[in-house]
Amino acid sequence: MTNKNSNWDLSPAPESTGHISLNDHYGVFIDGEFRTPAHGNRFQSINPSTGELLAEITESSAEDVDQAVAAARKAFSGEWSKIGGRERGKYLYRLARMLQEKSREFAVIESLDGGKPIRESRDVDVPLAAAHLFYYAGWADKISYAFPNRNPKPVGVAGQIIPWNFPLLMAAWKIAPALATGNTVVLKPAETTSLTALKLAELIQEAGFPPGVVNIVTGHGDVGAAIVNHDDVDKVAFTGSTEVGKLIQKSIAGTNKRCTLELGGKAANIVFDDAAIDQAVEGIVNGIYFNQGHVCCAGSRLFVQESIHDELIAKLKHRMGTLIVGDPMDKNTDVGAINSREQLATIEHYIEVGKQEGAEFYQTDCELPQQGFWCRPTLFTDVAQSNRIAQEEIFGPVLAVQTFRTVAEVIKKANNTPYGLSAGVWTDKGSKIFNMTSQMKAGVVWANTYNLFDPASPFGGYKESGFGREGGLHGLSAYLEI
Amino acid sequence: MDDSNKNSSENERLEVLKTYKMYIDGKFPRTESARFYQPVVNGSTLGNVCLASRKDVRNAVVAARSAQASWARRSAYNRAQILYRIAEMLEGRSQQFIDELVRQGVGTADAEKQVAESIDRLIYYAGWCDKFQQIFSSVNPVASSHFNFSTLEPVGVVFTVASRDCPLLGLVSLVAPVIASGNTCVVLASENGPLSAITFAEVLATSDVPGGVVNILTGRIEELHEHFSRHLDVNAIACDRLGVALNTKIKEFASENIKRVKIYDQDWSVEASANPYLIQDFCEVKTTWHPIEQISETGAAY
Repeated sequence: MTNKNSNWDLSPAPESTGHISLNDHYGVFIDGEFRTPAHGNRFQSINPSTGELLAEITESSAEDVDQAVAAARKAFSGEWSKIGGRERGKYLYRLARMLQEKSREFAVIESLDGGKPIRESRDVDVPLAAAHLFYYAGWADKISYAFPNRNPKPVGVAGQIIPWNFPLLMAAWKIAPALATGNTVVLKPAETTSLTALKLAELIQEAGFPPGVVNIVTGHGDVGAAIVNHDDVDKVAFTGSTEVGKLIQKSIAGTNKRCTLELGGKAANIVFDDAAIDQAVEGIVNGIYFNQGHVCCAGSRLFVQESIHDELIAKLKHRMGTLIVGDPMDKNTDVGAINSREQLATIEHYIEVGKQEGAEFYQTDCELPQQGFWCRPTLFTDVAQSNRIAQEEIFGPVLAVQTFRTVAEVIKKANNTPYGLSAGVWTDKGSKIFNMTSQMKAGVVWANTYNLFDPASPFGGYKESGFGREGGLHGLSAYLEI
Repeated sequence: MDDSNKNSSENERLEVLKTYKMYIDGKFPRTESARFYQPVVNGSTLGNVCLASRKDVRNAVVAARSAQASWARRSAYNRAQILYRIAEMLEGRSQQFIDELVRQGVGTADAEKQVAESIDRLIYYAGWCDKFQQIFSSVNPVASSHFNFSTLEPVGVVFTVASRDCPLLGLVSLVAPVIASGNTCVVLASENGPLSAITFAEVLATSDVPGGVVNILTGRIEELHEHFSRHLDVNAIACDRLGVALNTKIKEFASENIKRVKIYDQDWSVEASANPYLIQDFCEVKTTWHPIEQISETGAAY
């Protein structure tokens, strides 16, 4: 089957960028104001789809982190802990509303800075970030109802470190529950995607939050380490790789710091022969090619029941052929730019490994832009359980397909991984769904759907995918002494 | 030898000393290492007690892992019945526990209280087995047309270090909430109070608790902490404060596979130290999504 689909070609439909406002360079946001540190160290944030410079970002020093933590501590001991839950909630409501009003600007900046399709930042990242703020705003004065027979108290100063795959959304996931429960925060966005967090800082300033409630420092891993290891940080919340998560857990072992970790994944997406195949194909595509596969819960291991393997793979390849890879600012784009040169090198390395291990390689033949970092939707069939592409997190648009015959076999294979963040199950039989969803060692299980998120829905992993939950009532306890 | 002495030795029979072995997979093996230690309390030796080795830890974890899935699959009602049964068996042997606690240096009144409280604590958690899920689960009102719910599942295999100072009640206070949700565990008994831990194993062995659900080792925390906190098939660790140096090492090793480590600093003799949040501490939250069909003409009405 050829995948030319020439009759599906669409005219370019680029989102305009004229309405956004970005500074040439950004300082750090401490104690309610943007500061330009005297050391003057900066790095460049580029657009991964063009390589163009977007802005210069401050490489924070240990001194900057110190100031941010001090401001957070002062706010925690002062105004923020005195104003009461209802008023705290109103600040968050106000911020949520302001984010909704500026959603277009945030979506455009998110796609420029991170490379994700504008359709996703517009329809997923930004609205979900606002929804998260709304959701936790409402909890602020209701926390005692969530913990029967307890009198929960805020933890104090939360150090929060977030990844580059959903920059604004992760900032909202971290800030919203922390503030609702009465904590103050020092947040570090990922070095390749600091812009929307800094824009959020502008909104926080505009919303009139007391100074120091939210502080944002930018930079690379050592800035994160300075936050994690700061003596006056009471709680660490980290989203990122399992490797770094282990380092963090180890480095705070000698302290009483609280910690939640949301780490990597290698989710099994399981399709039984009685599934609605066309819907399953949509779910598989959404599971692995959403956000270029830069998703910790991506359905990167596909398990297909043997009897439908050939039919499903043919349909999947056909559907992959319709995916439009290219300009993130084009509203028709399905797969945008890979977030960074480094990540592209990682993905390309794994593709080579997959070929060398003997799996059968398939990639769509779409054209790619000349500039920037790109990877075509990729599929490996005939993958063995022991192959590295079936064991290790690639964090790119690369799907590893295996087959199975029985329910018992696929449960064993699916759970045979150190990760346990998410899983998917496709079948038309209710009792099979409930068997499978309860057998999966994973924190989120999507049945006959995939990659859905909601502020009311707790998210987080089993095993080496981390501990603690974000979202829902269960997300509150990470920021409370119960 | 005078007569009075002769008379008294006729009346006194020679006491049969008990061999305290470990409890792994429902059986009572000696340590594979053939090493023993002799805990001394108030100048008298309690007996020969197994000094567990790394291999014993690994054997016990294998037993706990093998037992975990089927223990978790039992109905909550059945687990509740079994926890209640443990309490019944403990009640029946309470005098032996009191005697052993006294031998381990606890005052008689305090020993009686600890045993009574241990029995009551088991009953308390027996009652929670089929109730905590309703307290901590949720149906989540997501904005899309999906049925979305979160439930608690056991974390898996939990390594439990029994309280040094509270050898029976401290052990029961951690083991009961750990197994209530369907976890299995390996317990390291109090180094200086191992007798009541092993006698408790005898209670477990006769209480319908399947082999491997609770495994009890005796030995030295200084020697064993690295082996259990680095073990890749242990999901979580439960212990009291053991001192900064030891707790730090345990947490550092635990990071190698992201173990959940819960360190408690409470007086287990207080009734309020028992609560369902301890059950939640050794559970994972699982969230499940499923689409809900939306057909406009099918709205139900009165």
